[in-house]
Amino acid sequence: MSWNRKHLLDIESLTAEEILTVLDTAKAFKAVGERAIKKVPALRGKTVVNLFIEPSTRTRISFELAAQRLTADIVNFSADASSFKKGETLKDTARNLEALNADFIVIRHSASGAPHFLSRVVNASIINAGDGAHEHPTQALLDAFTIREHKTNIAGLNVTILGDILYSRVARSNIWALTKLGARVTLCGPSTLVPKTFEQMGCRVTHNVEEAIREADIIHLLRIQHERQRKTMFPGIGEYTSLFGLNQARLAKTRPDALIMHPGPVNRGVEIDSEIADCPRSLILEQVTNGLAVRMAVLFLLNGGKGPQEVA
Amino acid sequence: MPESAILLNAAALQRALTRIAHEIAERNEAGAEVVLVGIPLVGDQLAFRLGSLLSDLWKLTVPVGTLDVSMHRDDLDRRAAPTIHPTLMPFDVTGRTVVLVDDVLFTGRTTRAAMDALNDFGRPKQIQLAVLIDRGHRELPIRADFVGKNVPTTLTEKVRVRLDVPGQEDAVVLEK
Repeated sequence: MSWNRKHLLDIESLTAEEILTVLDTAKAFKAVGERAIKKVPALRGKTVVNLFIEPSTRTRISFELAAQRLTADIVNFSADASSFKKGETLKDTARNLEALNADFIVIRHSASGAPHFLSRVVNASIINAGDGAHEHPTQALLDAFTIREHKTNIAGLNVTILGDILYSRVARSNIWALTKLGARVTLCGPSTLVPKTFEQMGCRVTHNVEEAIREADIIHLLRIQHERQRKTMFPGIGEYTSLFGLNQARLAKTRPDALIMHPGPVNRGVEIDSEIADCPRSLILEQVTNGLAVRMAVLFLLNGGKGPQEVA
Repeated sequence: MPESAILLNAAALQRALTRIAHEIAERNEAGAEVVLVGIPLVGDQLAFRLGSLLSDLWKLTVPVGTLDVSMHRDDLDRRAAPTIHPTLMPFDVTGRTVVLVDDVLFTGRTTRAAMDALNDFGRPKQIQLAVLIDRGHRELPIRADFVGKNVPTTLTEKVRVRLDVPGQEDAVVLEK
């Protein structure tokens, strides 16, 4: 088990073994979070910059706490308070951060590929915290970690991802991670938002929600992203809820051990009934806890130098 | 295959552990205060063996924990990230005498990391160090309280402790 990457840009380019390395490492960091002293000195003296060009609260806070628990210093840089409004380019902003000796840049950006671009123009380690509709690798890793805690082995599981797949970076990263780890992935949602082209990623596509969730071990709901919707693509909230929302009647027809996940923030009463979000089968808050552990693991692994694991 | 020589065979290894157990018992009259904490991957196995030897000597159960020290190392950005092994510390170390157990004492940097890591779990009354092999070349002012065997080595040699490997005898091997 070894890790030699400098950046975490996407899940697509990772091997199954690398994904499992992150998940195994995260297990140790989850244990750190359960101790009286929740902090370790692994990244002492390192500087992490949260470069969030698109608003986010939970992912930013999760990275912030992860860096702090590793004893790194962290600076937050958000779009509305920054020089972007004054016309500075992404490259110049990143170079300025580098001039402050940032070791890690955690970037969220509305443009797909922005993290990849940054990784070519600066020396810092780049972590993709969500780029457009492309990928959100740490979300997929924390989801896989959460599934693994409950189901032990991901290979052979039926995972259904339900909702707006087309615009979802969470869906894309999850599809890559889950298929690499051997799960059978089913995608479901309105046909405008779940085109058949996703079958090329190795998934099954269906537009019938009852059929999609009947045999699922994991039901992964996505948030309806109002900010990314175009009116022509989306049936309307009420119609979506009646056709695809997870309610008690639909849940009753699933396997009794099927678990429910959601990357948050949850739109209660839209993609999921309020009681279901709080029921024992819902892993939503565990996902938040695990996200912190996974992000600590990612920072820890990227901090490693090149070469062999064994020195002296 | 690198050239190798056996430093301790299975019987000699077990004799060394038995002697270390007696030395720990001699140094620590209040056995009930002692806990053993092994550093993976081999130190924890040694700690469990010492734990059962000491439990027989003292006629009480000596608690044994496993402490991974990867997160406290000082070379993390100079090497590929280490594999982290589970830490299991099912007792409070505050006020106890902690005997750290490792297989090989070399630069002393692992021991330093272990002392830091231990501090995150409480404030031991004292920390002692037991190692199966002391191979010299210290880079820090650290010495072991209990040593199985002192072995002069060169920097390029490797000392491997093999314990409980199916189909193979326990041994300590020097690889040139």
